[in-house]
Amino acid sequence: MTSVRAAEARAKRKKAAGIQWGSWLFAAALIVLLLFTLFPFYWAIVASLTPEAALFRDPSLWPQQIIADHYRALFVDRDFITPIRNSLVVAGTTTIFCLCVGTLAAYALARLEFKGKAAIMGFILAVTMFPQISIVSPLYLLLRSLHLIDTYPGLIMPYMTFAMPLTVWVLTGSIRQIPRDLEEAAHVDGATRRQSFTKILLPLAVPSLVTTGILTFIYCWNEFLFALSFTLGPERQTVPVAIALFRGQYQVPWGEILAAAVVATAPVAAMVLVFQRRIVQGLTAGAVKG
Amino acid sequence: MSRVALEHVDKTYPNGFVAARDLSLEAADGELLVLVGPSGSGKSTVLRLMAGLERVSDGVIRIGERDVTDLPPQQRDIAMVFQNYALYPHMTVRENLGFGLSIRKQPRAIIEDRVRTVAASLGLEALLDRKPAQLSGGQRQRVALGRAIVREPLAFLFDEPLSNLDAQLRVETRVELSRLHRKLGATMVYVTHDQSEALTLGDRIAVLKEGVLQQIASPMKLYEEPANKFVAGFIGSPGMNFFEGVLTRIGTGGVCTFQGADFTIRVPCESGTNGRVILGIRPQHLEITDDSARGDGVVRAEVGVVEPMGNEQIVYVTLPNGERAVAIAPVQPRITAGEKVSIRVRPEGIHIFDAGSGRRMAR
Repeated sequence: MTSVRAAEARAKRKKAAGIQWGSWLFAAALIVLLLFTLFPFYWAIVASLTPEAALFRDPSLWPQQIIADHYRALFVDRDFITPIRNSLVVAGTTTIFCLCVGTLAAYALARLEFKGKAAIMGFILAVTMFPQISIVSPLYLLLRSLHLIDTYPGLIMPYMTFAMPLTVWVLTGSIRQIPRDLEEAAHVDGATRRQSFTKILLPLAVPSLVTTGILTFIYCWNEFLFALSFTLGPERQTVPVAIALFRGQYQVPWGEILAAAVVATAPVAAMVLVFQRRIVQGLTAGAVKG
Repeated sequence: MSRVALEHVDKTYPNGFVAARDLSLEAADGELLVLVGPSGSGKSTVLRLMAGLERVSDGVIRIGERDVTDLPPQQRDIAMVFQNYALYPHMTVRENLGFGLSIRKQPRAIIEDRVRTVAASLGLEALLDRKPAQLSGGQRQRVALGRAIVREPLAFLFDEPLSNLDAQLRVETRVELSRLHRKLGATMVYVTHDQSEALTLGDRIAVLKEGVLQQIASPMKLYEEPANKFVAGFIGSPGMNFFEGVLTRIGTGGVCTFQGADFTIRVPCESGTNGRVILGIRPQHLEITDDSARGDGVVRAEVGVVEPMGNEQIVYVTLPNGERAVAIAPVQPRITAGEKVSIRVRPEGIHIFDAGSGRRMAR
């Protein structure tokens, strides 16, 4: 008995040792990957805190002297608040609008039987296939005739042309994966179609709604070409346009540009962190079958 | 009164698949009716038609005295237990159980009370605050059952509710369901492909094949007087043996001889039954004797496989012409594979079916 137990214990230790080696290797690989992906961010933050002169004289991995001048310049010398506000309004409105309309469209495409469903899905996808640059001029003429140049709707509506197909496609896929039985059970339990949508389907789709929302938001937040073409002055310029226009004729204010980049990334990163729990929860939620 | 009845119901899918053809059947008030059939027989579709999850192509559905043919599921006041339970994953067991009541805007106190009563009767009290993901298969099954009971519906519909459970739990739950049916006295329609489940649970059983009702009768009647060859083969395990042959009348005394490929036997028969038939005999009515036996209804055979079952042995044999048959024999004497034996067809167990239509002719 005892010898058997000892042998078992030995085997267990051996196995544990093997697992430990594996997990060390895994950890090491993770660290390398993390360094690789995080370095540009780190570098941007460091550079944004380094005096302009030092930036070109002897750039070092470790900040020698930390100054907040670039950030101060952003908000005192320049008006960086306005582009941030513009970006928030445009990206936020587009995202909310896309999610509202997209969810309903996706529900119809995933659940209802009607003719031409495949054609509609294909058409929605086709809309995104035009190179953005090719539709800038026609869109400009269209928006001008509608007097929407240099307005929020003038950006939100073009943004929806590429954000909506993304939303509809992603959400259609994820709604299809929610078992139909659940809604049928709700119907039998006494729920109307609307109730089964709001009480069963929607709560289950929240993780994918959040994920899609974040994707759409980031997409709109970073969009440059439309924002540049359809705005006229600083009043309605979004963050990427504002940053691009930092560079003067003779010099590029790298410090300020990087400081602006850090400031522009912050809201997105914060949003992802806030919703992260929900996303992970969604991925691990209980399945239906046992 | 809460009978569930289909009257001349047709269901054809847009792709042309016919799931029900001129189907009329009824689960009487308080009855447990089992719908049984192989996959593709339309039994699940029939249940979904009753629930209102599918619309009939033609015909009438009644629940109680009400014509519900055009009513959506939420207005039919029936409860359904799904094969995969379909518990709402984002709700606790308590919320799952109470969903049907809260959606009908029942007062909170009543919901709370009913949920507690049902949870107690199913042994779910300790699990009320868990989510479905944290439950075992058996527990989920009970929650699904509880969700149906809480609402006190007019009728219960079960769609293969035991098929996701392991063998032992399945038998236990089957007994529990039977007890539940007696206690509630409710009308229940139960779909399964498992004939043993059907035989043990059903007050009556409806056998379906390709959307057509083959027979609806009590379990014993179904077993003893199957209406056709399909029902005879589907009900009972191992399945009935069939032998093709010719029936010839002898004189006028209501006696015929069946002449099969390998054996001959005298059988009682009605007038006018002549010609090609199929003789059916259950494994219990094939007696294994030693090789030397000869006579009426005796055929020689070679043993292929023997399955000892503890209280009996299932013997698979091959007749000289290559036909196969199954017999159930007592444990003693032991029979071994490869052995040469004789099997005797016991006349009291014979069923005769028409060779063309498969319809039952006589016993």
